[in-house]
Amino acid sequence: MKQEDIICPENRVYAKPRLLNDNTMHYCPGCSHGVVHRIIAEILDEEGYADNTVGVAPVGCAVFAYKYIDVDWVEAAHGRAPALATAIKRLNPDRLVFTYQGDGDLAAIGTGETIHAANRAENITIIFINNGIYGMTGGQMAPTTLEGMKTATTPYGRRIDLNGYPLNISELLAKLDGTCYVTRQSVDTPAAVKKAKKAIAQAFANSMAGRGTSVVEILGTCASGWKMSPHDANLWMREHMGEHYQLGDLKNEVKQ
Amino acid sequence: MNQEVKLMKGNEAIAHAAIRYGVDGYFGYPITPQSEVLETLEAEMPWETTGMVVLQAESEIASINMVYGGAATGKAVMTSSSSPGISLMQEGISYLAASELPALIVNVMRGGPGLGTIHPSQSDYFQATKGGGHGDYHLIVLAPATVQEMADFVGLGFDLAFKYRTPAMILADGIVGQMMEKVVLPEPRPRRTEEEIARQCPWAATGHSHGRKPNVVTSLELDSALMEKNNERFQRTYREIEKNEVRYESYHTEDAEYLIVAFGTVARICLKAIEDARAEGIKVGLIRPITLWPFPYDAIAEASKTCKGILVTELNAGQMIEDVRLAVGRNMNVRHFGRMGGIVPNPSEILSALKKELIGE
Repeated sequence: MKQEDIICPENRVYAKPRLLNDNTMHYCPGCSHGVVHRIIAEILDEEGYADNTVGVAPVGCAVFAYKYIDVDWVEAAHGRAPALATAIKRLNPDRLVFTYQGDGDLAAIGTGETIHAANRAENITIIFINNGIYGMTGGQMAPTTLEGMKTATTPYGRRIDLNGYPLNISELLAKLDGTCYVTRQSVDTPAAVKKAKKAIAQAFANSMAGRGTSVVEILGTCASGWKMSPHDANLWMREHMGEHYQLGDLKNEVKQ
Repeated sequence: MNQEVKLMKGNEAIAHAAIRYGVDGYFGYPITPQSEVLETLEAEMPWETTGMVVLQAESEIASINMVYGGAATGKAVMTSSSSPGISLMQEGISYLAASELPALIVNVMRGGPGLGTIHPSQSDYFQATKGGGHGDYHLIVLAPATVQEMADFVGLGFDLAFKYRTPAMILADGIVGQMMEKVVLPEPRPRRTEEEIARQCPWAATGHSHGRKPNVVTSLELDSALMEKNNERFQRTYREIEKNEVRYESYHTEDAEYLIVAFGTVARICLKAIEDARAEGIKVGLIRPITLWPFPYDAIAEASKTCKGILVTELNAGQMIEDVRLAVGRNMNVRHFGRMGGIVPNPSEILSALKKELIGE
């Protein structure tokens, strides 16, 4: 069998999504953002949202999300993405509006905007990447940093007496009447990626159907911030992050 | 012309003018002395008529970022607040300026610093005209003196904001926000259609790309060379605004030997002081800057040529006086009279100050 016989359209099992452009990503090797970006780009294209979407980018590692996925974007100030999304959706009710936020953006500086947007049942999707660390600024403690976890600002490990508890904000959001769907996923295995994709597609469908706020938390890795290899980071994520932040639906009021 | 004259507060006039102008969205948070703007909008329910979105946000920070989001989609959006709330909005205002987004922000000023007082003040002049938030930017700043101007400046503010793609501010003192006066509201006009917005704002992140390249609204640029280019573009816009949009009113400046410079309702109190001065044979004129930025430097320099001295009257410790001094140079006797803490001077106080500071009586 010749090489040309193998590399042919009939044998293609994967292609870069149409909406994921050729800009070189700034994410570190092993980072979860790239995978989540790919899933989003796939769904936007497959579900026909490409020409009807406004994304809201955060401040944090995903600040440049708008450089990679070819739809309209607005770059928010740190933590304010749900406020922007609120206005964008209310002023343009037929669009798909989603935010893409990290743990510092969503669960520290933007806690107020997050909770109030969700409590108003804004018809938006919040994609929340939780890797327990501030990646962009060099690995400082996040509200979701686990007890004992070493970061640049907790060099001897997070202490509950000094820094408080890891914040389970998705559990909090699930309790609000305004949310219709709150789920926690990961992208560390092919099976997990498939489930995460299904969850984001469900969230987008909720937003378009006007069912209230959908939140898809994705446990991510930060190999650089955690100072691990990408492989070890994936294992550590499942063992430790997954233990504190249990995977699965926290709330799903949309019956399939 | 058969115009309908109504009696209302300045804050109410802002709300009615916004609906009639065809504003797409208002996002605000209650704070004295401007809560009537949001209250009036909620009572009028414009979402039932024009389709205007009105939302009480959870904070001023959320309000201004809702404005930022809405403006990014090309919609005509606004907020209003008072001094402490405007302080909270400064980051968002800087983002609006840096992302070259049109929007209208209304500040009905109360006395500061800190929580200060709910009573009228003009102590946010520096904040409004010199930047307020971080970075090199300016707002177009309109200072209404009447309830009529409160209504008129909504449309003017949006027109200028969209013309130059930059946020505009109505800087009102608490007096004109709370005061009731006769007002003729602008003729109602429809909100812009999606097609009109797409034509007027080809840069907007509307979500409807229809084959165009994606629009991204951002203030971020990590390449220093490009960021300097962005800054140079902002500055070119500001120079254009300075060239084209200076607005002021002058009274009795033709034969004036003394000049008062005052903005907002204080200028109206000064008019009475000028009337009383002229009755005593003291020739006093007034310049009332309407745009505080761009500031009418040339008009003040011109009017001062025949004058022996200038009294700058403000509800603050002396803020606009710095711009008046820039306008006329060091050889002119420029003095300040101000009240603070929410106290509003009466005409005789102003006349006494003029005599004491400029004539030496």
